[in-house]
Amino acid sequence: MKARLLLSIFWTFLKMGPFTFGGGYALIPVIEREIVEKRRWLGKGEVADIVTAAASVPGAVGVNAAAFIGHRLAGAAGAGAALLGILLPAFCILIALLLAYTRIKDHPKVEGAFTAIRATVVALIAYAAFLIGRSAVFDFTTGAFAVAAVALLAFGGGFVHPFGVVVLGAAGGIAAVKIRSRFGRPTRLDRSEPGQKRKEKPNEQEPVIDYMI
Amino acid sequence: MILGLFVVFFLAGLVSFGGGYAMIPFIQEEVLFRRHWMDAAQLTDIIAVAGMSPGPIAANIAAAVGYQKAGPAGAVVAVTAVVLPSFLIILAAGKLLVRHREHPLTKSAFYGLRPVITGMIAWAAFTFAQYAGMTDGAAWLALSQFLIFAGSLWALTYLHKHPFTVLILSGLVGAALYG
Repeated sequence: MKARLLLSIFWTFLKMGPFTFGGGYALIPVIEREIVEKRRWLGKGEVADIVTAAASVPGAVGVNAAAFIGHRLAGAAGAGAALLGILLPAFCILIALLLAYTRIKDHPKVEGAFTAIRATVVALIAYAAFLIGRSAVFDFTTGAFAVAAVALLAFGGGFVHPFGVVVLGAAGGIAAVKIRSRFGRPTRLDRSEPGQKRKEKPNEQEPVIDYMI
Repeated sequence: MILGLFVVFFLAGLVSFGGGYAMIPFIQEEVLFRRHWMDAAQLTDIIAVAGMSPGPIAANIAAAVGYQKAGPAGAVVAVTAVVLPSFLIILAAGKLLVRHREHPLTKSAFYGLRPVITGMIAWAAFTFAQYAGMTDGAAWLALSQFLIFAGSLWALTYLHKHPFTVLILSGLVGAALYG
C-alpha cells in the first residue's frame, strides 16, 4: 500500500515540472490545486504553514515545500519521492542543455552570445540580492550586517570563507537581538511586524517571489 | 572527485538560506579558488545554462558542475548532495519547524542571516562582473556589457521578465554584437 502512495506522491510532483519552468512563480498555486483540491492530502492553511517553514530551511522554497509535504504524507520515503518527482524533469532538461552547449560553444556566434549572457548573469545575481535584500535589510543593524558581510569578503583575502560568514551572520543575529533587548530596545525582527508604514499584502508573510530560486 | 563534489555541494546546500543564489559565493570560493575545478568564464556559463533550465538554480548548478567534472554520475552525486542538508533537516525537525517557525531564536538568527546573505550575493555579483570584463575601465567590451547588464536588470526588476527570456534575448544581442 505504501508503494502506491509513494508512487502517487512522485507522480504528483513530477507533473508540476512544467510549472517550475513558469519561473516557479506558479508553483505554490499548483501545489494548492494538486495537493489540496485534487488529492485532498492537506488543508489550505497547512500549505501556508509549510511554505513559511520551507523558507527557513536552506534551499529553494518550492523544493523544500515539496519535501515537507512528502514527509508529512509518507515520512522519509515520501520526502524522497516528492524530491525525485520535482527534480527529475529539470535534471534531464539541464543535462540536455549542457550537452547542446558543449557541442556548440566554440561557434563564434555562440561565444558572442555568451559574452552578453555573462553580463546578464551578473544582473541575475544582482537581482537575487535585491529580492532578498528588500525584506532582509530594513534597519540600521541589518544594513550594518550586509555591509559587514561585503567588507569581510572584499578584504578578507584567502582567510574568509563564505561558510564562516554565514555562520557569523546567524550567530550575530542572535547576539544582536539579545544585546538590544538587554538595553531595553526590542528589535523588530522582520518587515511585516506592526509599526511598519509600507503596506504588505495580507498573504505575504515573507515576500517569496520565485519559489525556485 | 566524486567525494569532493559531494562535500562541496553538501556544504553549499547547507548555506543556501533564502534560496540557491546564496550558495554562489560559496561555490565561487570552492570551485574557482580552492579547488580550481574550472575558470570563471566556465562557471559563469554554467550558471547561465542553469538559469535557462527549469527547476531550482541550486540543483541545476550542482548538476552542471557535477556533470562537467565527472559525467552523469557526478551530476547525480552533486544534486543529491545539494538537497541532502534540507532533506535531513526536514526529516529531523520537520514537525518542529512547522510548529515553531515563529520561535524568537529562529527569527533572531534570520534577522542576522538574511542581510549577510544579501551582502554576500551582492559581492558575488560584483566579482562576476569583474570576470566578465565589465569593470575594465572604458573599453568597448566593458561599456557594452555594462549596458547589457543594466538592460537585463531593468527587464528583471521593472518588466518582471523571466530570467529565461532575458538570457535568451541577451544571447541574441550578444551573437549579433560580438559574434
